[in-house]
Amino acid sequence: MDWLHRHRTVVPYLLLAPGLAWLAVFFLVPTYYLANTSLQSGSLDVGYAFTWAWDNYSNAISTYHEQFVRSLEYAGIATVAALLVSYPLAYFIAFRGGRWKGLLLLLIIAPFFVTYLIRTLAWQTILADEGFVVDVLQTIGVLGDGDRLLATSTAVVAGITYNFLPFMALPLYVSLEQIDARLIEAAEDLYASKVHAFLRVTLPLSLPGVFAGTLLTFIPAAGDFINAELLGTPRQSMIGNVIQSKFLVLTDYGQAAALSFTLMAAILVLIAIYTRVLGTERMGV
Amino acid sequence: MTRPLTRRELLERAALGGAVLTLPGFLAACGGSGGGIEGTATTAGATTASGAKTLADKLTISNWTLYIDIDEKTKRYPTLEQFTTETGVQVDYIEDVNDNDEWFGKNQASLAKGRPVGRDIAILTDWMAARMVRLGYVDKLDRSAIPNASNLVDALASPGWDPNREYSLPWQSGLTGIGYDPERVGGELTSISQLLEDPKLKGKVTFLTEMPDTVGLMILDGGGDPSKVVKADFDKAIERLQKGVDSGQIRQFTGNDYSGPLAKGDIWAAVAWSGDMVQLTADNPNLKFAIPEAGGMIWTDNMLIPKGGDVFTASTFMNFAYDPKVAAQIEAYVNYICPVKGAKEAIKAIDPELASNALIFPDEATLAKAKIFDAAAADDKTYKEKFQAVVGA
Repeated sequence: MDWLHRHRTVVPYLLLAPGLAWLAVFFLVPTYYLANTSLQSGSLDVGYAFTWAWDNYSNAISTYHEQFVRSLEYAGIATVAALLVSYPLAYFIAFRGGRWKGLLLLLIIAPFFVTYLIRTLAWQTILADEGFVVDVLQTIGVLGDGDRLLATSTAVVAGITYNFLPFMALPLYVSLEQIDARLIEAAEDLYASKVHAFLRVTLPLSLPGVFAGTLLTFIPAAGDFINAELLGTPRQSMIGNVIQSKFLVLTDYGQAAALSFTLMAAILVLIAIYTRVLGTERMGV
Repeated sequence: MTRPLTRRELLERAALGGAVLTLPGFLAACGGSGGGIEGTATTAGATTASGAKTLADKLTISNWTLYIDIDEKTKRYPTLEQFTTETGVQVDYIEDVNDNDEWFGKNQASLAKGRPVGRDIAILTDWMAARMVRLGYVDKLDRSAIPNASNLVDALASPGWDPNREYSLPWQSGLTGIGYDPERVGGELTSISQLLEDPKLKGKVTFLTEMPDTVGLMILDGGGDPSKVVKADFDKAIERLQKGVDSGQIRQFTGNDYSGPLAKGDIWAAVAWSGDMVQLTADNPNLKFAIPEAGGMIWTDNMLIPKGGDVFTASTFMNFAYDPKVAAQIEAYVNYICPVKGAKEAIKAIDPELASNALIFPDEATLAKAKIFDAAAADDKTYKEKFQAVVGA
């Protein structure tokens, strides 16, 4: 006790230690290794060595900017789509779910009991050329006779949206659930219409959920490769596919790491801008 | 007598269950080991003080999924149990090879540092086996413990990367050709050019992500020789593939996940493997497998002993697997091409129909049309990069 008293300034650091250790082991060390690898050159036969190989980065960006842009684009569209689907869903569960809330939430998570791959493969069946969905869309004229859904950008974006939907829906639910219903009542008492009350009270109060949900969806979606591989064609390949191929097939560890690092940086920049625009402090994130 | 489920029946059931199990490779990632993963390798080729070689207590094997006979009910491997009964060696059989590159990626760090990977036998395709031998990641077989190696078919006795089979013995071979649905296609398919050029097939064609298979067939189609790849032939093949991708003629590049869509009609023609097609054609008599007139590819998956494995025990197992009776037993389930002489006769006792199946025991004419892909080219970085660019990665 005495020791702690005399070294009072140390205490906060001691309390922080577990968190800092976690950060060091699971973030700093891997990041260091990734950065180190990204500047290595070599091959399986001669071995890999650290050579300040900056051309890993310039090659990565000049050769694969198309896949970079496509990844961010698909992830962006999927995030917006997931938000549009999840918001009404979360709203309904939070305000109208009643005693079914638990069950409804469970239903959102239920698909997650199945492996990611199997879930994505199921979409191959759902969107099959001679399947129900394509049939219906052809009948109502949305799709032309020879058109298909599988192996198109639509299928890839749909797959990503579906696979990351719970990451959007759950934070939204949490933030909507916490809203004090009396605030909405008060707005209505003050002659706000339902729409107005939603726009002025509910929506702003749910923004922290929107913020968390979009980040949780966008970040993993941008690095995804399973959906592009199983539901797309080579023309839909995303940066994750390139990294996987560089790492496993071509054993070009340097460039694989450089691509990963570039992706991380790109996401970080986008998020920084996003945070600025939305302003996290106001939302208490 | 309860008859074990064959590989075909297993796939059939999987197809009924929403076609999700047609990707055995991916699924194995979810586990599928007969026991603990952490196999500890004993000293290579242990000898007792008297100089006699002794068997280890346990043999750990890495193999592809659905690549050995299994009793679906008990989840036991009859062939492996027979080995245990005969030798007293327990077998830890792990289906963790989904993809040559992936297996290598997982184990490369240990192999490069000379640390054992906990496997006494790993089964890898020609070009990857060649890489393992080239990098010195494997131990020599103890040929004195494998008298049955004389049963190896002549065609596979001397590959360029291991001319005397000092490091490897084939487990299974397979042919690569065209799997298709003649009714939907509206006729016979006899060349890869048709896949690439027939406007009816636009968006209904898949090729394999395995470069030697796809590029091998392309080179044959262009009149070249895939067993000795030259740059001009390779570049021409890549250029034609890229054109097919850009025009939307080629729908996807796949692993063995072409089988579900081919059976359902999402794709009409696929560059396909013979073993898969034996299964598929049995369930869907409307499907056909053809070796293109210009020739097909033949490949082999080889048993290797990764460095640190128990050489004597592994070699003893190889000897066991090269007994024609045992080979026939495995073959009756696996349905690829058996590299063991005498298995064809032995399999008649199990199922006479299999002995006359040209995809399991191909005739001379078929084998004469089949080429082995240049192992050096298959692992050439420039070639691989060019191919990966077409595949979209």
